[in-house]
Amino acid sequence: MKAGVVTFPGSNCDHDVYDVLSKIFSFDTDLIWHQKRHLNNYDLLVLPGGFSYGDYLRSGAIARFARIMDSVIDFALAGGLVLGICNGFQILLESNLLPGAMKVNDNLKFVCKNVSLEVNNNKTTFTNHYREKEIIEMPVAHGEGNYYIDKKGLNSLIDNNQIVLRYANQSENPNGSVENIAGISNKKGNILGLMPHPERCSEDIISPGRRDGYRLFSSIVANLKAGGEQIG
Amino acid sequence: MDWEVKIETKLKDGILDPQGKAVKTGLKSLGYENVDSVFVGKYMEIIIKDISKKEDASEMVEDMCKKLLANPVIEEYKYELNKMEG
Repeated sequence: MKAGVVTFPGSNCDHDVYDVLSKIFSFDTDLIWHQKRHLNNYDLLVLPGGFSYGDYLRSGAIARFARIMDSVIDFALAGGLVLGICNGFQILLESNLLPGAMKVNDNLKFVCKNVSLEVNNNKTTFTNHYREKEIIEMPVAHGEGNYYIDKKGLNSLIDNNQIVLRYANQSENPNGSVENIAGISNKKGNILGLMPHPERCSEDIISPGRRDGYRLFSSIVANLKAGGEQIG
Repeated sequence: MDWEVKIETKLKDGILDPQGKAVKTGLKSLGYENVDSVFVGKYMEIIIKDISKKEDASEMVEDMCKKLLANPVIEEYKYELNKMEG
């Protein structure tokens, strides 16, 4: 299994994801510099967290036009598995690979803490090792995670079961996102964007006793091993 | 011909602006009781060189706004395009 983690100037969770993929899940993993144009044959691409281009203009807005992004978009549209975490989620929105947009957190604060999440859709490639409606815990760390989508878009997300993760309730919602949304997929289900950081809670040495992120990656691995769709 | 563009972006009407809300609270606590609403946006100045027709410059600015400078999902933009003297 081959995975690629795209590094933009200002990415700061790329090595965390690299570690989890390569050391825990034995992916043959590359860190891909944003100025590359072509991708090797990957089974999974990850856009990691961080502050690409200093979050200037809007989070993810400038990274969306990095040289590598044309290939990432082609890969995603061809059905390749793409996971966008935090800043990666913001980049997926700016790229129109996922619908909606991010606003500044309602309380204007950068929020860094563990939050409770509800697994709203456990039928995806990324979440089928969780139980339906299971309450899990993951850390968030962001200042612009206030997900917004208009009413029509929201109905479409609901109708197509694209809301994958929600903050467990209003008081767990760190940013004021619509419908407590924490993570969504595209219609086809091969692209997931989420604000929480599964890579920060996948091994005991980093988050003792809290490994709810592990099963997000193990879901992906199980699907790939079962012969899930691969783009070469 | 060179052009100077002044661009403003802000969240569309009806989309709650957390920054505007916070600034409004600040103004009220300073005693400006008549303040009814505040929207915080962004302002950019761009200089464009060597385009002869205003329509072409304007089309280019529209394009820049839609592709990068504003996010059409949540933001609206307006701009002023002026010929630069000398």
